[in-house]
Amino acid sequence: MKETPLSNCERRFLLRAIEEKKRLDGRQTYDYRNIRISFGTDYGCCMVELGKTRVLGQVSCELVSPKLNRATEGILFFNLELSQMAAPAFEPGRQSDLLVKLNRLLERCLRNSKCIDTESLCVVAGEKVWQIRVDLHLLNHDGNIIDAASIAAIVALCHFRRPDVSVQGDEITLYTPEERDPVPLSIHHMPICVSFAFFQQGTYLLVDPNEREERVMDGLLVIAMNKHREICTIQSSGGIMLLKDQVLRCSKIAGVKVAEITELILKALENDQKVRKEGGKFGFAESIANQRITAFKMEKAPIDTSDVEEKAEEIIAEAEPPSEVVSTPVLWTPGTAQIGEGVENSWGDLEDSEKEDDEGGGDEAIILDSIKMDTGVEVSDIGSQDAPIILSDSEEEEMIILEPDKNPKKIRTQTTSAKQEKAPSKKPVKRRKKKRAAN
Amino acid sequence: MEEEMHTDAKIRAEIGTGCSPRGPGCSLRHFACEQNLLSRPDGSASFLQGVAEKSRERLIRNTCEAVILGTLHPRTSITVVLQVVSDAGSLLACCLNAACMALVDAGVPMRALFCGVTCALDSDGTLVLDPTSKQEKEARAVLTFALDSVERKLLMSSTKGLYSDSELQQCLAAAQAASQHVFRFYRESLQRRYSKS
Repeated sequence: MKETPLSNCERRFLLRAIEEKKRLDGRQTYDYRNIRISFGTDYGCCMVELGKTRVLGQVSCELVSPKLNRATEGILFFNLELSQMAAPAFEPGRQSDLLVKLNRLLERCLRNSKCIDTESLCVVAGEKVWQIRVDLHLLNHDGNIIDAASIAAIVALCHFRRPDVSVQGDEITLYTPEERDPVPLSIHHMPICVSFAFFQQGTYLLVDPNEREERVMDGLLVIAMNKHREICTIQSSGGIMLLKDQVLRCSKIAGVKVAEITELILKALENDQKVRKEGGKFGFAESIANQRITAFKMEKAPIDTSDVEEKAEEIIAEAEPPSEVVSTPVLWTPGTAQIGEGVENSWGDLEDSEKEDDEGGGDEAIILDSIKMDTGVEVSDIGSQDAPIILSDSEEEEMIILEPDKNPKKIRTQTTSAKQEKAPSKKPVKRRKKKRAAN
Repeated sequence: MEEEMHTDAKIRAEIGTGCSPRGPGCSLRHFACEQNLLSRPDGSASFLQGVAEKSRERLIRNTCEAVILGTLHPRTSITVVLQVVSDAGSLLACCLNAACMALVDAGVPMRALFCGVTCALDSDGTLVLDPTSKQEKEARAVLTFALDSVERKLLMSSTKGLYSDSELQQCLAAAQAASQHVFRFYRESLQRRYSKS
């Protein structure tokens, strides 16, 4: 779906507000939105909310053979996906530019900075190493995807535990989580991206732009830093020209912000660790706030199934026995068998309608019976040409018989009735049951 | 000219603590739902696995099609995007529940609500409702039903494994009993949402 264009008055309003140092949500120039980090039940699954922007991160691992030129290092794989629910403009085929840019930036930030110790992922040099895969999904787009994604990635990596492995000579033993506690990854430092949006050719600067502000910005500067004030990646896009001291000032701001965010991350990880150790409840289900009016929980509920058996027996007693299904297969040649007789073939009708007149009565085309999963096909006996033939439909076609007494010409028309679809949807279910009963 | 509506549903199919062993049959696990949690779409859900799960998509799609009043919105595409956050068993049922809640949240006119319930039959014939992944793996048959809210009729069924006629009817009856519970949950959570106090 195309993005709704930003109106001129909205654009002017935003720019004027920025000139007067005002932001739409009341933040100051250097303020970040609220960051909320929650964890799932599995290790390595986390959700980060930066204001309304939501990113889901999931880490998984696998034992593979290493790359040929790096036989002693593990493999890291990052993937950011812009889900279609994040914004109407994100369609599976259509977002390549932004997607490529974000993925590249994320890779440079996490891989080239060597924040994960890949040597420790090696199990047997040249044969088996761990491949760590980080999948990030953007669930809601309210600006500043890259910051949220980098936080989600590093949090998920810190939270993840890989299975323990021991090597004795030639034998590699992989322990399940029940046998031995899984082992965390060895992480040297935590690089976090901080975005700066520039307006009016670099005159005004905003930290953590939201979606509206991103639409009217001139350019974006992204600095990835860790808490030791080491710059891991720096990228300027949008073609704005920045002065040296502007860039230095931004890096100082980034240093402050990264320190705050890192503290938040460490606290969240610690809390989660504590809850797990004490045996309390953890997971996304717990992080749904109770007080929010849009959230609702229900505890485990017992269901009374004492009368289930009686009910079932009643139904079976009332139901008629399954009708005889033709189940003797006819073997044509080795490898080709036929069960039952198919629907009358109507494809050839439009061209061969003259031929049909010649052939006269019998028009049973023997086709291999294909069980249609989506649509029910009801075949009434074609023997008597007088009765109207009802072939109920798939979504596209409806057969209307115009001349029931002669060989009919069939016309296909579009059907728009939704009601007809409900009935056939029950048929395939029953058919499947009948076949099982016969077997 | 086309309009599109997007429906969101995030599925939380998790239990907090490790699952305590339950007696045969019959309790539904804890579930929670949150509505209107994303600001951009009207409603959506997406799958993590992609190509391998086309059949699941098709099942959900057919259930939705049977229930949505499509004729009120001609030339409109309604996209339902489902994102699996984590899978702790009964995934298809959870997807169905999430899709229904999201459609309600988006305000799409439907002729009935629907819910998904999963039953597992283990090797000695005991019926377990809402099984965990471990129970699903060890079960002889796993049956998922989509039931509608008006008359508890069957909208969709997807089964895997071997079972007899009578077992099927039993599972169906049990699912109908469980669906009452799920519909009560829908009703209460919506009441809470739209309550004035």
